[in-house]
Amino acid sequence: MAIARAERLVNLVLCLLSTRQYLTAERIRAIVPGYADAATDEAFFRMFERDKTELRDLGVPLETGRGAGFDAVDGYRIARRDYELGDIDLEPDEAAAVALAARLWDSPQFTGAAHGALIKLRAAGVDVDQDVHVPVEPKVRTSEPAFPPLLAAVQEGRVVEFDYRRPVPVEVRTRTVEPWGVVAWRGRWYLVGHDRDRDAPRCFRLSRIVGDVRAVGKAGAVQRPGEFDLLSFVVRNQPAADQPPATAKLWVAAGRAQGVRRRAKVIGSRDFDGEPGDVLEIELRFPDSAAGWIAGFGPDVVVLEPEVLAKTVREKLLGALRGAGVRA
Amino acid sequence: MNASSDRLPRLLALVPYLLARPGIPIDEVAADFEVTPKQIRKDLELLWMCGLPGYGPGDLIDLSFEGETVTVTFDAGMSRPLRLTAAEATSLLVALRALAETPGVADQDAVQRAVAKIEAAVGQAQPAGVAVGLALREAPETSRVRDTVSDGVLRKRALHLRYYTPSRDEITERVVDPMRMLLVEGRGYLEAWCRAADGVRLFRLDRIDAVDVLDEPASPPPHATPTDTSEGLFQPDPSQRTAVLVLEPDARWVAEYYPTDGLVELGDGRARVLMRYADTAWMVRLLLGLGGEAHVEQPPELVSEVARQAEAALRRADHLPAT
Repeated sequence: MAIARAERLVNLVLCLLSTRQYLTAERIRAIVPGYADAATDEAFFRMFERDKTELRDLGVPLETGRGAGFDAVDGYRIARRDYELGDIDLEPDEAAAVALAARLWDSPQFTGAAHGALIKLRAAGVDVDQDVHVPVEPKVRTSEPAFPPLLAAVQEGRVVEFDYRRPVPVEVRTRTVEPWGVVAWRGRWYLVGHDRDRDAPRCFRLSRIVGDVRAVGKAGAVQRPGEFDLLSFVVRNQPAADQPPATAKLWVAAGRAQGVRRRAKVIGSRDFDGEPGDVLEIELRFPDSAAGWIAGFGPDVVVLEPEVLAKTVREKLLGALRGAGVRA
Repeated sequence: MNASSDRLPRLLALVPYLLARPGIPIDEVAADFEVTPKQIRKDLELLWMCGLPGYGPGDLIDLSFEGETVTVTFDAGMSRPLRLTAAEATSLLVALRALAETPGVADQDAVQRAVAKIEAAVGQAQPAGVAVGLALREAPETSRVRDTVSDGVLRKRALHLRYYTPSRDEITERVVDPMRMLLVEGRGYLEAWCRAADGVRLFRLDRIDAVDVLDEPASPPPHATPTDTSEGLFQPDPSQRTAVLVLEPDARWVAEYYPTDGLVELGDGRARVLMRYADTAWMVRLLLGLGGEAHVEQPPELVSEVARQAEAALRRADHLPAT
């Protein structure tokens, strides 16, 4: 019966771990059970090439070199110090943190890798309990279409090109970027890198990339500055935070617009346009977006003060009328 | 992940794993590796055939079975697991660093210590090129809600909620059995069994207007299963309708924020998208608020409802005393 491939590979790893000499392919063929199944030299070399690729893909550090002997061709061995995971001993609270971290990803790129890391930590003797109970479970997704090619480009150190849409002023332009990293901040993914056209570090929101990301040039061409903090760069590049809240006075139809009422204080009741309702006072934390939010409630909410807000809401409503194809 | 590509990493990890846990029940091994006990037995049978050149009785991996437990008696030199790959180290360390810089999620001190230990064990880890910040956009009143909700989750008590549902613009009172809290895409959620709806629901923390921890224990029914978040929190629902919108540049955030399909670039930053929505009243509110930055093309009843409400609102606003 042919020896299972998995068995051959485990034996190959054990054999190469146990040798100090480099073993040539021919020696390995003679020693490791399973290779004798190969009927011809060609079949053997094909088999051996495939096995080497599989081990390297798993991260097994196969060394090649020549021994002091008479071998005329390269041989193979695995250095134990490069193969083995270092000593690690986690306290129960540290192991709980690791378990939570491994569950963070909802991502084809990272979920499987995090699971693989857990298996190895357990094999190193660490007890990582999957069912650890935590009050909050953070989840991070990587569903943006631009994510996989950008992550690959970051890891390979390749320059990328993509079309990027800037909101203000509106333009779509091709950007050439030396990618340093991908960063998630407050639920959004950004690319951080050196923008070749601007000749400066920039961050790009992945959701504003139009079409495909193209990797150009050679792998290893991008050098990330050593001490660059990707996350702080994204945080620093966010638009200025909250403006001071503004107070507004609104009329709200009786029993309507709960979304407004829950944020406001009733200061009186009053009919308006023959309709019963209440007068509310509200602190608007984001005055810029407040007009759209208020306009959304249609005839149920009327802005009494300030006038500038009333005017903006009116413009929104006129715009919505045009947007619905009505000439106002 | 497919079964055969997972097998070799598992085989290489099993011997050191068992070495560290003499006499472990096979069921426990299976649970830790997330495979069946039958598969673990097959793996052990295979490992038993493996060993060092010579392949005599003293060269092969040796295992001893006692009842349903197993012990490694000879490891053939495979006493430690393979080191972490760059992808494995990245996925774990980036996640840990994200937890480390987010207060209130995990024990900060424990996370920091875990990061240091894993970095040391992994060795010369490459700088990862991936960073995650979980920070929330949260108002002060929401952090008070968060504290109470998290108290209820940890103590496994039922919660009484006053909750705002934007799709129906309605505030309801309900009793829920909390299951867990989630932090997804910068927002906090409570996942709970809703007794009124008779189902698992996600409650956004910033829409909880009041919350009380009740004396009764949380008792979600056994069939209450946590939401699978891998495809996003909200799945398309066949009963949803679809609107065709043309978004002006200022309204492009709609396509980033809500589930939309079939985006077509129209030039100058405009785009046509299909957007699913469950509730017409909610969709009308969104479109009124976009103030013409979105042109609604379909369906006709949505177009006419937006026009009707905008006209009514403008007429009413005209009753304001002129200033």
